[in-house]
Amino acid sequence: MDMDNVDQIIDKHNCEPSSLIQVLLDIQGQNNWLPKEALDRVAERLQVPLTRVQHIATFYKAFSVVPKGRHGVHICMGTACHVRGASRILDTVQDITGLNPGETDLDLKFSLETVNCLGCCALGPVMEIDGKTHGKMAPAKIADVLKNYD
Amino acid sequence: MNDIVLQIDEKQVTAKKDMTVLEAATSAGIHIPTLCYHDKLEPYGACRLCVVEVEQRGWWRLVVSCIYPVENNLVVKTRSEKIDRIRKTIIELLLAHAPDAFELQDLAKEYGADRNRFEKEPSFCIHCGLCVRYCAEIKKKFAIGFINRGTKREISFIPEIALKECWDCKECFPLCPTEALQAAFVLARAMAFPSLDYDANVKGK
Repeated sequence: MDMDNVDQIIDKHNCEPSSLIQVLLDIQGQNNWLPKEALDRVAERLQVPLTRVQHIATFYKAFSVVPKGRHGVHICMGTACHVRGASRILDTVQDITGLNPGETDLDLKFSLETVNCLGCCALGPVMEIDGKTHGKMAPAKIADVLKNYD
Repeated sequence: MNDIVLQIDEKQVTAKKDMTVLEAATSAGIHIPTLCYHDKLEPYGACRLCVVEVEQRGWWRLVVSCIYPVENNLVVKTRSEKIDRIRKTIIELLLAHAPDAFELQDLAKEYGADRNRFEKEPSFCIHCGLCVRYCAEIKKKFAIGFINRGTKREISFIPEIALKECWDCKECFPLCPTEALQAAFVLARAMAFPSLDYDANVKGK
């Protein structure tokens, strides 16, 4: 990520130390993850100790300090999806993308994650990509869905 | 004039207005066990070992004395069957993390805690926060902090700051109730392999 972008985000929040979480959220939103250089820059310009920035960046699930792909793929493993074959959906996605849950590919295209319930059990098994819900999934449909993302 | 009179273990104790129950007890020569308390640092209330019973409106309840402010006519018990039982469990839980810490073993002897009660998970750190708070509040160097949360929470040095500041300071080492093992270990790693340590922290997430 370009440090100019980080500086722009910090300027937008007027270098206010109390806006730390907002600044980190904006960087996370633009870049999908928080590189160390960005954390250093934020700590320096907001006058917040780096330990505190690191504490917050590792505390909240919304932040990631490891690289994340452009598209977040979430497979629901909740009870309803489970009985409707979520594990087969997960296996198929793993086969196609070559990723295990929690991993990101080298081109930073997909990050695969399992979740415990997305709250739309009637649509199970559910796969969510970038916040868009793909319901009533079947192993055969997955390749068609995934090829719409690049 | 502003003095507050309270009763600790059936003894009249006079305390100043902004004191905590723990400070009042200590000034009266009554011992309450602590692990995360340090007189130069802000009270933190992390270890919960200083738990005491207080009476309010006829009810006894449990409070953590290191962060509980004194009140007039407060009645405090620092030892009772209930308190001893709670302290024993706390010590047993902490021993699962740091089985060989001398300070914990002494407490275990006093309260009859069994060091093998819980499955061992020796991370050596009991999250008292003494090193983190000392570095931030007294030294103002912020070389060490907490990362992650919940069961994965651990202390972590910032290698770049540690490289500059820690070698000539190391004042946090003797504070550690678990013999500074963890602090020394993490520091050594951080200084020897700055990049490696960052990667290791990142992977732990």
